[in-house]
Amino acid sequence: MTELLQQLINGLALGAIYALIALGYTMVYGVLRFINFAHSDIFMVGAFSGYYLARAVPQASVMAGVFVLLGSMAICALLGVIIEKLAYRPLRGRSTLTALITAIGVSLLLQNLGQRIFGANPKSFPTLFPQHYFQFDSGLVIASNQILVFVVTLVLLFALRHIVLNTRIGTAMRALSFNPTAASLVGVNNDRVISFTFALGSALAAAGGILYASNYPSIDPLMGTLPGLKAFVAAVLGGIGNIAGAAVGGLVLGLVETTVVALGGSTYRDAVAFAVLILILLLRPNGLLGKRQAEKV
Amino acid sequence: MLPRSQLALLGALAGIALVSFFSGSYDPYFLDVAVSCGINITLAVSLNLINGYTGQFSLGHAGFMGVGAYVAAMLTTAASATLLPLLGGQQWLLFAVALLAGGLGAALAGFIVGVPSLRLKGDYLAIVTLGFGEIIRVVLQNIDAVGGPRGLIGIPAYANLLWAFGLAAIAVYVVWTMVNSTYGRGFIAVADDEIAAEAMGINTTRYKITAFLVGAFFAGLAGGVYAHFKQYIAPQGFGFDRSIEIVVMVILGGMGNTTGVIAAAILLTVLGEWLRQFGDFRMILYSLLIIVLMILRPQGLFTWSLPRRKAS
Repeated sequence: MTELLQQLINGLALGAIYALIALGYTMVYGVLRFINFAHSDIFMVGAFSGYYLARAVPQASVMAGVFVLLGSMAICALLGVIIEKLAYRPLRGRSTLTALITAIGVSLLLQNLGQRIFGANPKSFPTLFPQHYFQFDSGLVIASNQILVFVVTLVLLFALRHIVLNTRIGTAMRALSFNPTAASLVGVNNDRVISFTFALGSALAAAGGILYASNYPSIDPLMGTLPGLKAFVAAVLGGIGNIAGAAVGGLVLGLVETTVVALGGSTYRDAVAFAVLILILLLRPNGLLGKRQAEKV
Repeated sequence: MLPRSQLALLGALAGIALVSFFSGSYDPYFLDVAVSCGINITLAVSLNLINGYTGQFSLGHAGFMGVGAYVAAMLTTAASATLLPLLGGQQWLLFAVALLAGGLGAALAGFIVGVPSLRLKGDYLAIVTLGFGEIIRVVLQNIDAVGGPRGLIGIPAYANLLWAFGLAAIAVYVVWTMVNSTYGRGFIAVADDEIAAEAMGINTTRYKITAFLVGAFFAGLAGGVYAHFKQYIAPQGFGFDRSIEIVVMVILGGMGNTTGVIAAAILLTVLGEWLRQFGDFRMILYSLLIIVLMILRPQGLFTWSLPRRKAS
């Protein structure tokens, strides 16, 4: 029972990080209908900005940790906006395949620039927040980092929900997602909304990067690829373009993955994520929370 | 009198045989790049059948290549002691059998991936094929009999210029004649508008699965040649990055444009080698190039007419 509970907690903590990254994929997909493959590398840049920002502040204090978290979110938001402006905006209105390949190009560029600038060797990520382990009599251990992941994810999720549902720019985002032409007809500045979406998604990726690096404190320029792919799986799992779906998909994926590891299949953990995806897509092609769309002829 | 396409194939094969007859006197580095070109042409042309002509979107081509490479390599290493005497001690025959087995193994994998493609399209299909590719990689990594993550070493060097380009010529011939036949117009119909094609009585299911089967078969053959040329294979070599490389060749060449795809395969292989002189900056330049080319020439480097816009 304790073992089960422990795995549940570990799985949810991992899943919460996937959920944060998945949100960025899903939001960009919602407004532009394309897979931003560079997202996983923005996640990596987020972790590295945290690594460098942490040098300026004392270690293991809550204030410093929050500063680093917000700082790297801001850096990545800016990076996301710049990437969108330079690489994706010229492609607006072209086929999604073109945008997809460009995104892959941007992803490669970030990885290789990262290897050039940060160095290819793994770096050990500093302790940002105070570490504490809560031991229970039954043997259950909850790390403060895991609680932190939950708290940050929940706060960001609710902030995002508020932005999307209750603000002008959020309304514009939903309008754009529904019908870009009609949105611009009623006065939505599509370029600005798309920039904002990229900023928001990239900031969430940065938060995911910091939290991931706090839990697995070895970072390198290629660290984004696998968590990024899995987060994308999570987004598809929940129904891409659907914010609640991304969160649910991330949690489900995290749980499945830790269950497989607990059952002794740790070398297969990367394959399992994809196996789950394929299964779900075959049974529910639009994801867990996705709506079935009628096909226009 | 043979049809013109068959004459072209025979001519190409004869030319390749002639050129590779003197391969002993060529610079080894040049030979290495040339063989890589041949393998990449096969991969790109076979992926073009799936992604270009049939309009599906597969991101798992390296996985098929990996299946072919491993099956073929196992037959020429572990199983060669029993197989070689059966085939009269002929090494080329063993290699041919191994290649064919690798191709069939990959085709089986292609069939398994092709089935979900019936229900999915676009981005969803892309991610499922990507997932299959990754699953193949992880499974290979976990089979100790084929070396696991260490890879498979000591594969005999059976492949050469003739095999690489002979295979490329056959792949080009098969794909070209297939899509330009009466039967093959069905592939293009599926790509243009699946619903309309179905309404016209085209069995879209069969066409999509055929595309995956044939594409994967040739990718498997290319993997076999690759394994017996490099003499070493590892699961990491058949991951997502490799798939992307092949997709980029197809897109830069122009989807559904065989000549362009061949040119792009050669161009990108040579470019990758040429950029080596820039050391650390090689991949940075490569990725910048992809972005710039996509912005300037999204229809592919070698497609001169703009595609017709679909009414939506």
